[in-house]
Amino acid sequence: MKPQTRRTYVSETVAGLKPSGIRRFFDLASSLDGVVSLGVGEPDFVTSWSIREASILSLEQGYTSYTANAGLFELRQEIAAYLRRKFHVEYRPEAEILVTVGASQAIDLALRAIVNPGDEVIVVEPGFVAYEPLVVLAGGTPVAVHASGADGFQLAPARIEQAITERTKAVIICSPNNPTGTVLRPSELDALARLAERHDFLVIADEIYAELTYEGEYISMAAVSGMRERTILISGFSKGFAMTGWRLGFAAAPEDILQAMLKIHQYAMMCAPTMAQYGALEALRNGEHEVEHMRNSYRRRRNYFVAALNEIGLPCHLPGGAFYAFPSIRHTGLTSEQFAERLLLEEKVAVVPGNVFGASGEGYIRCSYASSLEQLQEAIKRMKRFLARL
Amino acid sequence: MKLSDKELEIIEILEKDARTPIDVLAKMIELPVEETEALVKKLEEANVIVQYTALVDWRKADGHEGVTAMIDVKVTPKRGVGFDEVAERIYRFPEVKSVYLMSGAYDLSVVIEGRSMADVAQFVSEKLSTLDSVISTTTHFILKKYKHDGIIFDQGDQDRRIVVAP
Repeated sequence: MKPQTRRTYVSETVAGLKPSGIRRFFDLASSLDGVVSLGVGEPDFVTSWSIREASILSLEQGYTSYTANAGLFELRQEIAAYLRRKFHVEYRPEAEILVTVGASQAIDLALRAIVNPGDEVIVVEPGFVAYEPLVVLAGGTPVAVHASGADGFQLAPARIEQAITERTKAVIICSPNNPTGTVLRPSELDALARLAERHDFLVIADEIYAELTYEGEYISMAAVSGMRERTILISGFSKGFAMTGWRLGFAAAPEDILQAMLKIHQYAMMCAPTMAQYGALEALRNGEHEVEHMRNSYRRRRNYFVAALNEIGLPCHLPGGAFYAFPSIRHTGLTSEQFAERLLLEEKVAVVPGNVFGASGEGYIRCSYASSLEQLQEAIKRMKRFLARL
Repeated sequence: MKLSDKELEIIEILEKDARTPIDVLAKMIELPVEETEALVKKLEEANVIVQYTALVDWRKADGHEGVTAMIDVKVTPKRGVGFDEVAERIYRFPEVKSVYLMSGAYDLSVVIEGRSMADVAQFVSEKLSTLDSVISTTTHFILKKYKHDGIIFDQGDQDRRIVVAP
């Protein structure tokens, strides 16, 4: 006899995951017209034509079959050359580089490749929404360490040290950071490196925004003394090359870890899409000028937007990279959810509440300035009006 | 004239959008408004910023008729003044929108705007071809403008991104 209702088949792990707070705001903002959106975590540039054209050419030439699991060898060679040129780190394309479906997949693979049940992974907050759920899905336990707004959301090595236990397997960092735009200082990277050596853990370094660093030379975690062997470097093409929809990222890591990641990737994903890989080849070979153009454009918009936020009474540190401003709204007496929701409903400006990025994001909102200057000016005008009413 | 980094930033921003308000411009380049204003004025006076113009898609202005022609002109350069004298005689005509000295199959590239093809034809046959130094002209009419001065007409570049994303 058939049972009348079936039991739920959803795993307890998945059932226990919180839905992304960004999703809720997306639903709310999408239901309104005339919204000025500062809620978008992606470039407002369309992928440069030469990259699109290279991908079209690959289709015309019939490159439509699988590539090697780890990605086109040519592309891995270019990635190795890029990492050497930009960040002064050496990786062997045949064994230490993996092309993935977005940097997100690379983070997932990194965690699944290293985490045993019960292992702890320290996640620096505020941070990208996917880190903690991915740790949980990998069977690990996320341990949040809060960065402080008073220090421009720099890493707090002392607090990380307090959170370290015998089960600590890795620390996830993101520089420049989503949502704060903070670029980690060399001294903080170095302090983390010393901790990693002393307590024997790995660092998963999400460097997807590295190309969007405005001042000074970018320092990769893998380039810090002694860290090449302890770092899983994650990056991709979405942000710097304006290729979000292409879903193409990569990981570089010591051979034993990278090969473990490849093992999962070959069963779960086979390989990244071929036409996207040809586009990425062109991006690395000839995309430098376009990246510079986009970086300059973001930098000028950052200068305008952060100065304007401070002027209208939303104190904000000057972010060193990415395209996010993370102003404090604490003095308004509203929670970040209340602030974002009222701003959206009353003035039709979409921002993301800071608490979506972890408890330490409470009291802040994330504003993406990857929007036209006209839109940014309009948003500032509306936010000023909103603040005056509070 | 050697430009400072801030001056280069100013001309890059204003070349893209000449209407950027001065207070916004000042924030973008991280200088006080007065100082920014002074730099813009200096660039204008030095003719680095020559003019602020609007790029117009005339097809959208009902009732406006006009044609643009590009004319390849072969000329005999004159001793002492080379091509400059004949170029000046040509660019002084108000119908002439631009004149470039070219390498290759012809010497001057002249862009002319007229109300009709007949207008342009008349200009070429009566004014341009009859100049002493002009050896020959080849006229090409522009049928449609797709891209002009780096700007794509009708590119439909609306923001296709979703409103809130990670």
